[in-house]
Amino acid sequence: MSALTAVAKVRAYELGRAVPLATRRHVHVSDRPLVFVPLSMAGEANAPLGCLIGTDEAQPRVLVVQDPRNRTQRFAFAAQLAEIVLAYVDGCTVSMVEERGKSVFADAPQLVVANPGGVEFTRLLGRSTRFRRTEGEWPVAPTVPVLGRWLTWFAESTEKPGASTVLALTTVLCRHWATGQSALEDANLAALMGWIAPWDGLTGPCAAEQAEDPAIWPPAGPATDPDFDNGVLAKLIAAYDRALDDTAKSTAMLRMLAVLREQMQPTWHLMWKAIALLRAIPPASTVEKRWLRDRQDFTAIVEYWRDNPIPQARVDNAVRAAQRLDRLERALDEVTVDAAMDDELAMAEFRLSGEAFQGSVVACDPVRTDGTGTRRKLRPHIVVATADPLRLEEGATVRSSARPAQEATVVGVERSADLTWPARVTLELRNGMGRRLIPEPGTVPELGERLCYAALETKFAINATFPKREETPWTHGGPPPPYEPEQQSTMDIATEDWS
Amino acid sequence: MTDGLDERLRRIRGDSPEKRHNARTISALTSNPGCNRRAIMDAAGIDKPTLAQHIGFPLPFGQSQFAIVRGNIFEAQVKADGCAELITLLREHLKLSLPEVSYEDLNEVGGNDDNRLRHRDTRTRLCRQEEPGTLFDHPMLTLTVAGRDVFLEPDLICFQIKGKYHIVEIKSFAVIDGQADGSKVAAAAIQSAVYVIALRNLLASRSIPADAVSDDVILVTPKDFSNRPVATFVDVRKQLTVLRRQLSRLTSIDALLSLVPERLSLDVARPAAAVVEDLRSIEARYMPECLNTCELARFCRHECRGTTRAMGRDVAEELGSVETVDTALQLARGTLPPAPEQVEATRMLRLAWSMRQESLGSAA
Amino acid sequence: MTAMLPTSAEASRVVEAVLADLRMAGPRGVVVDSPPGAGKSTLVVRAAGTLVDEGSGQVMVVAQTNEQVDDLVYRLATGYPGLTIGRLSAQDYLPTPRVVHDNVMVEKAVAKLVSAAIVVATAAKWTTVSDGTWPWAIVDEAYQMRSDTLLRIANRFDRALFVGDPGQLDPFSTVETNRWTGLTWDPMQSAVAALLRHNPDLPLHRLPVSWRLPASAAPAVSAAFYPFTPFVSGTGPGERTLSLRTAALRSSPVDGAIEAAVDAGWSLFEMPNRHALRTDAEAVAACATIAQRLLERGPLAFTPDGLSTGEPVTPSRIAIGTAHRDQAAAIRAQLGALGSRTGGITVDTANRLQGREYDVTIVLHPLSGRLDATAFHLESGRLCVLTSRHRHACIVVARAGIQELLDAHPSTEPVHLSVPVKFPDGWEANQSILTHLQPYKVRAP
Repeated sequence: MSALTAVAKVRAYELGRAVPLATRRHVHVSDRPLVFVPLSMAGEANAPLGCLIGTDEAQPRVLVVQDPRNRTQRFAFAAQLAEIVLAYVDGCTVSMVEERGKSVFADAPQLVVANPGGVEFTRLLGRSTRFRRTEGEWPVAPTVPVLGRWLTWFAESTEKPGASTVLALTTVLCRHWATGQSALEDANLAALMGWIAPWDGLTGPCAAEQAEDPAIWPPAGPATDPDFDNGVLAKLIAAYDRALDDTAKSTAMLRMLAVLREQMQPTWHLMWKAIALLRAIPPASTVEKRWLRDRQDFTAIVEYWRDNPIPQARVDNAVRAAQRLDRLERALDEVTVDAAMDDELAMAEFRLSGEAFQGSVVACDPVRTDGTGTRRKLRPHIVVATADPLRLEEGATVRSSARPAQEATVVGVERSADLTWPARVTLELRNGMGRRLIPEPGTVPELGERLCYAALETKFAINATFPKREETPWTHGGPPPPYEPEQQSTMDIATEDWS
Repeated sequence: MTDGLDERLRRIRGDSPEKRHNARTISALTSNPGCNRRAIMDAAGIDKPTLAQHIGFPLPFGQSQFAIVRGNIFEAQVKADGCAELITLLREHLKLSLPEVSYEDLNEVGGNDDNRLRHRDTRTRLCRQEEPGTLFDHPMLTLTVAGRDVFLEPDLICFQIKGKYHIVEIKSFAVIDGQADGSKVAAAAIQSAVYVIALRNLLASRSIPADAVSDDVILVTPKDFSNRPVATFVDVRKQLTVLRRQLSRLTSIDALLSLVPERLSLDVARPAAAVVEDLRSIEARYMPECLNTCELARFCRHECRGTTRAMGRDVAEELGSVETVDTALQLARGTLPPAPEQVEATRMLRLAWSMRQESLGSAA
Repeated sequence: MTAMLPTSAEASRVVEAVLADLRMAGPRGVVVDSPPGAGKSTLVVRAAGTLVDEGSGQVMVVAQTNEQVDDLVYRLATGYPGLTIGRLSAQDYLPTPRVVHDNVMVEKAVAKLVSAAIVVATAAKWTTVSDGTWPWAIVDEAYQMRSDTLLRIANRFDRALFVGDPGQLDPFSTVETNRWTGLTWDPMQSAVAALLRHNPDLPLHRLPVSWRLPASAAPAVSAAFYPFTPFVSGTGPGERTLSLRTAALRSSPVDGAIEAAVDAGWSLFEMPNRHALRTDAEAVAACATIAQRLLERGPLAFTPDGLSTGEPVTPSRIAIGTAHRDQAAAIRAQLGALGSRTGGITVDTANRLQGREYDVTIVLHPLSGRLDATAFHLESGRLCVLTSRHRHACIVVARAGIQELLDAHPSTEPVHLSVPVKFPDGWEANQSILTHLQPYKVRAP
């Protein structure tokens, strides 16, 4: 939460509808996303009740588990789901293109879920299926462990800042819009969409209030409405269990299918509406760069699994954990800076906190040189007048979105004595002006130019080194036993059955 | 507790049956301890769901029967055959050497399930020096809350080894690859801490020192996606500190009552409008998180409409001292001169406002 | 702790025990917990000397920041004029005057430091050294180091001494790290936490005496932040005092707060209760004004081993501590506006004040003016750092209302399985310090 967001929220409250928090879209939206609305049974760790899934709003596939506590049915569901997910993933591998000298898939899969709960469902279903054996006792369909690996890959990708291979809509929408309700209430997709795109001529708050009634707007899942569980679902499951013959079973099953579809359908359409809204925002310029990275990750995993079809470990070992943390931190750094350089409103956050400032060039010495070193160097000075609450001090390194490669040092800050804001900031430009003692045209800001400078730096980009797994030091328990996915699966199997 | 106070609380409650505190409501004291409205309702034993229904803000959340059934099945399974599965678990998982195990069910005393009788029986058995027992199912504990004795839900197990008692809490949420939902563990930990305090009080009445009850409770939950139980020690020292402090604050219910009208009554037999009026005279401390924990939260949210706090504590914090949305907007637009204590917040509001205007134009 | 021994003897006994562990062919690691100002750096210097004497080969020393490295290089170079000290540095490092000594070599590659007896570098720099093994490493400020950093350098040494203050701020990350919660190698823990979870039997020593904190401060800091590992002050009551050369003509609350701190070692400058922005202008002004007024009053510091006429407390001996960077920046700006007299006063966040010490500190309380306490503001390490940097006195600036804020604070933090509970709890530590400060309260109008 920042002051800028807080102000947007009061404004949204006043207007009775959501207001933008971004001038650009910061995620990639696929032309053909795989939209997924899973429901799970209350009280269980991860018992799927059913889902709507598909790439076409008009033609969702409906999958239903008649008795979620039954292991066989659970894995039949997984096999059906695998068919859809794997076909979708395969569809992204049809063509390859050359990027920076390497072949990558022209597309990558994008899974869209309603909320972080949908990601968690994906993670757990991935966890419960990727170690399954396809032979021996309780075999599953060969596609089930493959599904498990992909669901795990999707869920893990959500941890990486800036990745777009999974969109959890409430999170993405809240990045782009502010509502007049609390973050806790925003977690309800229908209530959030009520503020962003109210229906039936309602105001935002009215739509949101309606959205809180599960009888009108069933929850977006994966948790279901307890009243629905007690009043409807329990009876349907009981009817299925009681059905004596196949006809009765299939009647019961069809009823359940219809009822669950009814529970999921409003969310399904809401999600497509949300996707369309996101698509309509012009993308930030760095979105494509990050999507390329998603495609590279996707290409890498497809190629890796081609030769090593093994499931991801239950938990990271010590080395892998450290490597992953390093990667995530770098990604976050980068995405924060990119967003600020791409989007005035993201930059405004830093201006408000004093780490960036915007203003006009009021003085300029483009040919100033510094002769203190062994060799005379070009070091132009410019003075920027700003009304922003600047908190940068002398010595800080800043860059502007207009010339992102050029570094400047704050060499002087002049403020009025009473500390009220306009300030004059003197900057010394350090590079990006050519190799001579006269700057190349356009490389030094001119008098009157409006600029925004920020003290945002990405971490040094050299790759960190880590010990090999088999060289894990004694401080961290020494080398772990070699990874054997087979071993990881034996434990659950015998005790999985719930019926 | 004085008779006058008792009488006053009874009047607040009216003729409806009293809802006594239990481990869950006591733990809830820690989730919004600054709320006088909740403190008074709990002290008076008000049935909050009924009250919420009466004033037109019915409780939105029930509990799914699937979850209840699952919880019961799991607990029954762990406790079956004299806690056979639990004993295996304690032996193997926690590597406790249990040479001889006894199991005592304290659910009733010779067919009588009177609470007081059971409490006395629990005390006798847990305090006995000769042949101390190992597992005590359904011990009846009490705790003094706001000056009155509360009997605590007895569906727990108390486990003794080497002269030390451990509270065993059975929960049906899964522990997957060693991790569980942090908020569920937190709820289990605070409830267990209530039992730890109650058990210590019980033993203290026979001069048995507090360290006879371990700070580590044993949490028994299903492992991964199976129904096999797994046991984990949970250190509840932090929860104990928090609870002790909140329980000691509760003894000052008199002080809270002095802030509300003498004739206050939340009796659901009265017309809704009258009850609402009285409710409003008790200061609440609404925050959006209440929606997850308090049965009256939707009423309080309605009452708080138009405040910055209703949008979240962090929003209110970012807006400085400005209490209502309307004031914040006027200050941001410059249509209201700021009070001296608002000058600083106003400067920030105006700046943020103008930055939004600058970037978004009419869309701001 | 044995009450019979005088404090310095007790402290020496612990140091000797640590050194004995180093001389012994024994455990791979030795951990020394050091409360604020308990002679950690002195121990590091002595340990390095001992290892060199033992003929253990070149000693590897790891610190967390360049400033800490330069401090250690200075102490080692002056403490052992006969030894060559290597200062291994990054590409863009400019040697500070402190490291310029005849017996100090500054190099960017460790291969060029083979002739040094001791090589000192930041942990970040050591992670770039991919070859070689040192028989011993000394890791300073080990609780500030993250477990993942230790993982990256641990193959460089056979055995190591870890020294640090467990009461300070935990390392943090800006990314979501839940996936590792509960693992013994969770990369987010401190290096010492990871080390001890994998090697629970390593010898663990505790330095029992704070030479920095005065007798007025040690009991309060010990009780609030080190409840299970108490320590005492190395100086007795009245041995470490302040006096003011100038009397106040007309005593203002600011003077009152300064005088209370001079008398008692603590004061709480309490401003009226009001929710304010983080950079609360009145609180910022109060911090700056107190600092300025303190200098005007001509403070003199008296120590048992110092001059009998006292030593002037100069701006460089004063620090102002905050929770947030913008607060520090606002106070710096305010000091700038007040004029040059206050130039040289350190104003920084708790994170950056870790390991440093001053005669007098002024602390903007992390919960001042807040509507709501968050985990960040309640973190015990933050308040611990802020209230344990001073040798003479600490003045806490806060708005009234913190007590109510703490009492109304919802305790709803998630609890994670298999994660050792960290003590003290921030909420409890805050209560404890607040209670301690009550008698020294001066109300501002």
